[in-house]
Amino acid sequence: MADADAPDFSKWSCPLPLRDYPTIVMGHGGGGKLGNELVEFLFLPAFRNPALENLGDAAVFELGSGKLAMSTDSFVVQPLFFPGGSIGALAVNGTVNDLAVSGAEPRFLSASFILEEGFLLAQLAAVVEAMADAARTAGVRIVTGDTKVVERGHGDGCYITTAGVGVVRTGVSVSSLHAMPGDVVLVSGTIGDHGMAIMSVREGLEFESQIRSDCAALNGMIATVLDAAGDAVHAMRDPTRGGLASTLNEIATASNVGIEIDEASVPVRAEVQSACELLGLDPVYVANEGKAVFFVRPDSADRVLETLRVHPLGRDAARIGLVVAQHPRMLVARTAMGANRVIPTQIGEQLPRIC
Amino acid sequence: MKYLTEFRNGEIAQRMAREIAQVTTRPWKIMEVCGGQTHSIIRNGIDQMLPAGIEMVHGPGCPVCVTPLELIDKALAIAALPGVMFCSFGDMLRVPGTEADLFQVKGAGGDVRVVYSPLDAVDLAVKHPDKQVVFFGVGFETTAPANAMSVHLAKRRGLKNFSMLVSHVLVPPAIEAILSAPENRVQAFLAAGHVCSVMGYWEYPPLVEKFSIPIVVTGFEPLDLLDGIRRAVLQLERGEHRVENAYERIVTYAGNLEAQKLLAQVFETTDRAWRGIGVIPHSGWRLNAAYRAFDAEERFQISGIRTVESPLCHSGDVLRGTIKPAECPAFGNECTPRHPLGATMVSSEGACAAYFNYGRFLSANDLASAGAALSGAAHG
Repeated sequence: MADADAPDFSKWSCPLPLRDYPTIVMGHGGGGKLGNELVEFLFLPAFRNPALENLGDAAVFELGSGKLAMSTDSFVVQPLFFPGGSIGALAVNGTVNDLAVSGAEPRFLSASFILEEGFLLAQLAAVVEAMADAARTAGVRIVTGDTKVVERGHGDGCYITTAGVGVVRTGVSVSSLHAMPGDVVLVSGTIGDHGMAIMSVREGLEFESQIRSDCAALNGMIATVLDAAGDAVHAMRDPTRGGLASTLNEIATASNVGIEIDEASVPVRAEVQSACELLGLDPVYVANEGKAVFFVRPDSADRVLETLRVHPLGRDAARIGLVVAQHPRMLVARTAMGANRVIPTQIGEQLPRIC
Repeated sequence: MKYLTEFRNGEIAQRMAREIAQVTTRPWKIMEVCGGQTHSIIRNGIDQMLPAGIEMVHGPGCPVCVTPLELIDKALAIAALPGVMFCSFGDMLRVPGTEADLFQVKGAGGDVRVVYSPLDAVDLAVKHPDKQVVFFGVGFETTAPANAMSVHLAKRRGLKNFSMLVSHVLVPPAIEAILSAPENRVQAFLAAGHVCSVMGYWEYPPLVEKFSIPIVVTGFEPLDLLDGIRRAVLQLERGEHRVENAYERIVTYAGNLEAQKLLAQVFETTDRAWRGIGVIPHSGWRLNAAYRAFDAEERFQISGIRTVESPLCHSGDVLRGTIKPAECPAFGNECTPRHPLGATMVSSEGACAAYFNYGRFLSANDLASAGAALSGAAHG
């Protein structure tokens, strides 16, 4: 009989890759390979269970007679208010979107605040008001919460963590594991708006027209898509941190398929492209907070695209590529020149180039 | 976008590539000096569009790649000092020193900041009089004027808490060193457009005469690069050697005289070690006597640095253009962007990283079939 306490080396995971960096570096939070390694080598082995293992935006599990989705996210954005949104709106919409792209109708949210000594109450009130607005728009209720205060210098004004629960729609089975060769890849609008909005405020960049964050709750738009063609949608994701490239790479890996995109068909606003050129960044790696990517059975792709374009948040939706059986776990782009390039997952944060 | 989209037109690019193919009768090796050009060639797949005989050799023009290991180690040592605020361009942060990189110094409590301009570092020095603000002034002639301006301003404002760790390198001496090497294979150069926007191209006629090679001042967009390559091939095919300017919308013969005046005022020429290549005489700038007080190496007397390069890394051969990244035995094995052994794998402008990231480790067949599948469906 096996001794329950004996070390089980078959399940032992090698912590070696984590040792390159003995301390946490900013790249661990950049939505790239370093963060993935934390999940793969630290969190997953420690917490391993079937609901976690899908590593989706939300965990999906059976509870009682229903199927639920649950997700959590923390928000540490600076500045707290930016063109097109605020930390409060992000905190609600981020969790709502993680639930929505898992095929769930978001219902209840929690909200935890970590506040820094000296933070202005008027600012907190504005943040909370923005959360209340966002919750009303998204049709979710914030039903529980917590507040902690840390000493001056130990926080950055205000950090928010939200968690959310939603009910998975019947007949819908979307998962990052379900993309299959032949699927058409759609994106619901222009990419890179949120990341460049934040960066232009932080860096004091001014352009002819202000770049606004796309921060928005996507559950309404996604519901119209699922109403129109729920059974044809194999996978959905909201490409937040790490951008479109990271999301597509994650799905390619999870579903063990290749993904091709046609670079010229990926919608990017002119001002976002300009800002990226200036800073030496690639918009495919820049964060979005109000966009979704859909992997759709080819016979329903046009229907989903039309449905998206009717919705105010999906006006600029586009067909950007497809899933193939070749080069599994790899994202390949056809460049405007007609050549091909692989778009890899970033190591950590995208770094502005020298010149 | 004005000046961008019109230089990325795929149809015109295909037409230019056909023109190059029509005039090419023999194989030619052309070096693009600048890392920004390497990045653009690989990212856009320009090299895939060229006739088989035209080989693009990737030059040493990536400042991140050629900054000597000793200076990286010095930067790490200075950045770790208490009371120092160390400012750098973003892509220097992940360059491995002998034992760590700037990210790790930051993670361990060092005050390391990414800035977009050295002038931001001067502003930080004004705002934080209790800190010693150090800017990591690397780069070619392109970044030099802004760096010179920051030191100039710091002196004028009498800032005692600003200094610069300088490792400026210069393009013309590097071209001369490459052409003088016995194993040189390069037959024509695309000069770096941004460097020439500052310096003009009056430095090149003597090189063209001495080595009888064409030099074409070239920009960075796909059509700029194809035009530069086309002009270089035409000269080679006709047996000519001249300096040509294929980047006229930005570059003049004399260059930016105001910038050159400031550079002469702040810097002096010095011998400079290039990572992976060695010392090239008169190939760099350092702060001159009038500005020496702002030299971080003088201010922080860091000694006892012992550098160790990975014995597996062949980045020097890559930078000299004698091997392609994938010909290095460590490429994609011991050396990846996640575990870079040399700087050419770190910077997105580094030839090794460009090859790795943009998938040159894939076989051509894989990519061709991928492309066929895509064009079939995306237009279907």
